[in-house]
Amino acid sequence: MTKVFAFTVNGKPVNVSLDNEDTPLLDVLRNELGLVGTRFGCGLEQCGCCMVLIDGAPEKCCAKPAWSVEGKQVITVEGLGDAENPHPLQQAFLEEQAGQCGYCLAGILISAKALLDRNSKPSRTEIAQALDDNICRCGSHNRIVRAVQKAAAVIRAGAGR
Amino acid sequence: MNAPLAGPLNDNPNLDRWVAFPAPGKITVLTGRVELGQGVLTAMAQIAADELDVAIERITIRSGDTEKAPNEGYTAGSMSIQFGGVALRQACADVRALFLDQAAKALGCNVTELSIRDGRLFRSGTSTGQDYWTLSGAVDLGVKATGRGERKSVADLQNIGTSSARVDLPAKVFGESAFIHDLRLEGMVHARVVRQPNRGATIGSIDENAIRRAAKGPIEFVRNGNFLAIIGDNETAVEAAGVSAVKHVSWQNVEAPAPTQQEASWLLQKPVVERAFGAPEGGNPQNRERYEATYTRGYLAHASISPSCGLALYRDGRLTVWTHCQGVYPLRAALAKALKLEPSSIIVHHVQGSGCYGHNGADDAAADAAIIAMQKPGQPIRIRWRREEEFIYEPKTPAMVVKVRALLDDDGKPVDWTQEIWSPTHNLRPGAGGNLLGAIALPNPPPEPPPNDVPEANGGGATRNAEPLYHIAAKRILHHLVTETPVRTSALRGLGAMPNVFALECCIDDLAQRAGQDPVQYRLSITADPRARAVIEKVAAMAKWDAGTAGGTGRGRGIAFARYKNRAAYSAVIVDLSVDEEIRLHRVWCATDAGLVVNPDGVANQLEGGIIQSASWVLKEQVRFDNGVASFDWETYPVLKFSEVPEIEIELINTKDEAPLGVGEVTAGPTAAAIGNAVSHALGARIRDLPLTRERIMAALLRE
Repeated sequence: MTKVFAFTVNGKPVNVSLDNEDTPLLDVLRNELGLVGTRFGCGLEQCGCCMVLIDGAPEKCCAKPAWSVEGKQVITVEGLGDAENPHPLQQAFLEEQAGQCGYCLAGILISAKALLDRNSKPSRTEIAQALDDNICRCGSHNRIVRAVQKAAAVIRAGAGR
Repeated sequence: MNAPLAGPLNDNPNLDRWVAFPAPGKITVLTGRVELGQGVLTAMAQIAADELDVAIERITIRSGDTEKAPNEGYTAGSMSIQFGGVALRQACADVRALFLDQAAKALGCNVTELSIRDGRLFRSGTSTGQDYWTLSGAVDLGVKATGRGERKSVADLQNIGTSSARVDLPAKVFGESAFIHDLRLEGMVHARVVRQPNRGATIGSIDENAIRRAAKGPIEFVRNGNFLAIIGDNETAVEAAGVSAVKHVSWQNVEAPAPTQQEASWLLQKPVVERAFGAPEGGNPQNRERYEATYTRGYLAHASISPSCGLALYRDGRLTVWTHCQGVYPLRAALAKALKLEPSSIIVHHVQGSGCYGHNGADDAAADAAIIAMQKPGQPIRIRWRREEEFIYEPKTPAMVVKVRALLDDDGKPVDWTQEIWSPTHNLRPGAGGNLLGAIALPNPPPEPPPNDVPEANGGGATRNAEPLYHIAAKRILHHLVTETPVRTSALRGLGAMPNVFALECCIDDLAQRAGQDPVQYRLSITADPRARAVIEKVAAMAKWDAGTAGGTGRGRGIAFARYKNRAAYSAVIVDLSVDEEIRLHRVWCATDAGLVVNPDGVANQLEGGIIQSASWVLKEQVRFDNGVASFDWETYPVLKFSEVPEIEIELINTKDEAPLGVGEVTAGPTAAAIGNAVSHALGARIRDLPLTRERIMAALLRE
C-alpha cells in the first residue's frame, strides 16, 4: 500500500509516496528526488559515502528506512552549496585538491560539516577521529584534514556559514 | 630526421583521433586514458594546451570511447603520462604544425614569421585575423602523425609543470552527477546478478516466491544457462531481491576456498610453470657468505569504495555499454567474443567510477549489463554490484612467496642475487585472455585461459621489480607461475612490485646490519644510478636521518627505495613508527624523481595515495577464506582509517629536462619495505610475512 512521507530536504519540504516504507532514505534521495550527490558505498552503514545530516546529526542513510525521517530535516551535500555559492568546506576541498576519485567526498563533507557545527576549532586529531566513520580508499586523508582545518579557519573569521 | 613516434601515436596515427575543433573557440582533445581518480584528464588538458598554444579552458577532454578516442589499451601500469601523454604531446605539436603550414599558405608568408597565441595566428607579432577555427576547414586532420611538429622546449611550457586544479573535482565536491552510478537512461531498469559461485557451478533450485516476497515490489528473473539476474524498475526492490537470492538460490558443484588456502605458503605445493630470467645459475665461488630469507604476502582486495556498475542498451543490432573499466577497447573485444557480436556493432563509453587501483569488478559489471541487455532488446539495463559481491567476486591480487638468496663479498655486499617467486598470475584482464565473469555462467562457457603473466617487456607481473636496481654482478629471477588458485587473481596497483620490493629492500637492510653499516650508506654504496642516489640522499636529508640510532626500543625508523618497474619513477621513503601490540605510523617522508612533471600537485597526490594505500595493505589487509571468501565487507576487510594515517611529506626532485616517468604505483613498494624495516628497527626482530598483524608482532617479540 502506498504511503506518503513528508520531510524536508535541504530546506525544501518534500512528500514522497512509497509502496515499500522500508525503502532506504538513500534510495529516496537518489532515485525519487534525483539528488545523486549522496553516494551508495555499501548499504551496510559502514563506509560513510551516504552520510547526511538528519536534524543536524551526521547519519548514514543507506539502510535507514525513509519512514524514520518523517517530519525531520535532511541536509545532503547538495544543500551545503554549489559552484556559484560554495560552502567554505567545499571551497577548501577544492583549494587543497582534497580528493582523488572523489566518491567518498560527499559523505566526508557532511561529516566535516557536523564536526565544525559543534567544534569551531578542531585539532588534526579531532578531525581525523570525526572522519573515522568515512572510508577513503585513494589516500587523500591528509589533504582532507587540511581542508577541514582551512574551512574551520574561514568560518571562524566570519567569512562563511 | 624525426624521432620515432611514441607507441600510442604509432598505434593511432591519424591526428583526428587526438584533436578536433568542434566549434569556434573550442577544442576537443581525445585520449584513450581514462580518469580513475588519478587526475589524468587534467594532465592531458595541460599537455594539449601547451602544445597547441591555447588557454586550457578551451579544451574539453573526451576519453575512453570506442567511437572516437584512440585505442590505448588499458589505463594502467603508471603509463598514462609516460606514454599516452608523450603521444598526445606529439600529436598536438603535429596538429599545430599543420595549421602553421596552412596559415602560411593562406597568408603567403613563411612559417617562421608566424606564431600562435591562444589559438590565434600572429605574423611578426601582428594579428592575422586567422585562428584555428577559421583555418580548420582547410586543414585535414585525417592525416597521419609525422612527428615533425616541434614540441615546446621546457622553458616555453606554460601549463606543464604547474599544479592546475583538477577538472573533475568540482562536480564531486558539489554532489553533482559525476559517476557512472549517477547515470540515468530513459526507460532504464535496474538489475542484480545472482552470482555463479565458481566456474562449473550450476543452479540447483530457485525459490522465486521467497525472493519476490523479499523484494516487496515487482521484479523479473532473467536467465541464460547459469547466468541468473533479477531486474525491475525499482532499485530498492531489485537490491532486496538480490540480497535475498543469495540464500534462496541453491548451487551445485560449488568449490569454496578454505582457510588453509589463504596463506601464501599454500602456493608452494601447487603445480607451476617455470620461468627464469637474468644471469644463469651457478659459477659462483662456494666459499662466499650466503644470505637467504623468505617473505610472504596474502591475497589483497582492490576494495574500491563503490561497488562496480555498468549500463548497457541493445537496440537495432547495436550494443552500447557504459563502464568505468580501465580499457574500453579490450572490453569491447571481450564482449564481442562472449556475446558473438562484431566489435564494430559495439560501442563502449567510459564513465568515471570510484578509484579502482587495478582490475576490479568494472569489466564484469559491464558484461553483466550487456548480457541482460541482449535478452531485453530496447531496454536500457543498469547493474550495480552489491558490496558483498564486489568483495567476493572482484579479482584478487595474488598471494606471493618471495625467497631471496644472496652471495656476499668480503665487505658484505651482494655479488649474486636470486629472487625466487611463487605467484599466480597478476593479469586476468579481458585484454589478456581473462574471461568476463558473466560469460563463464552462460551456456558453452569459454575455456580457461592458458597460464600466463604480464610479459617482462611490459614490466612483468609477479616478477615486477624483482630485480634490484643495485649494482650486483649477477642477478636472476626464478618465477614459479602457480597455475591453480582458490580465487581469480589479477592486477592491483604495482602487481608484484610491492611484495618484491618489500622482500628485497628488507633484505638490503638485513645485509646492511650484517655488514655493520647504516642502511642509507649501505644503499648508496651499491647504487650507481645518480637519480637513484639523489632520491635516497634527498629523503635522508628530509627526515634528518641519523645513522646508528639504537633499535629495539619500540620506536623505529626505516628506509626503502625503488624505481618502479626499473623504468618509471624513482622513489625513496622513510617511515617513523612505534610498535607495542600494534603498529602506529607517525611520519612518512618521500623523495621522488618523475622527470618532467606535468602537474606537481597531482603527482604529490598520487604519491601520497600510494603511501597510504600501501600502509593499509601492510598493516591491515588480507583476504580471508572460510567456506568461501570471508572478507566481504568493511568489517571483515578493514582498511586504514583517518586516525591511523601518518603525516606525509613529499618532495619532487627537479629533473624537468628528463622524460616524464609514471608515478601512480611507485611508492607502494618502498612504503611497504620502509614500514617493514622500521618495525624491525623498533622491535629488534624481523617480520617477513604480510600483513604485519598483532599476532605476528607478538610472535616476533617472543622469538627474540
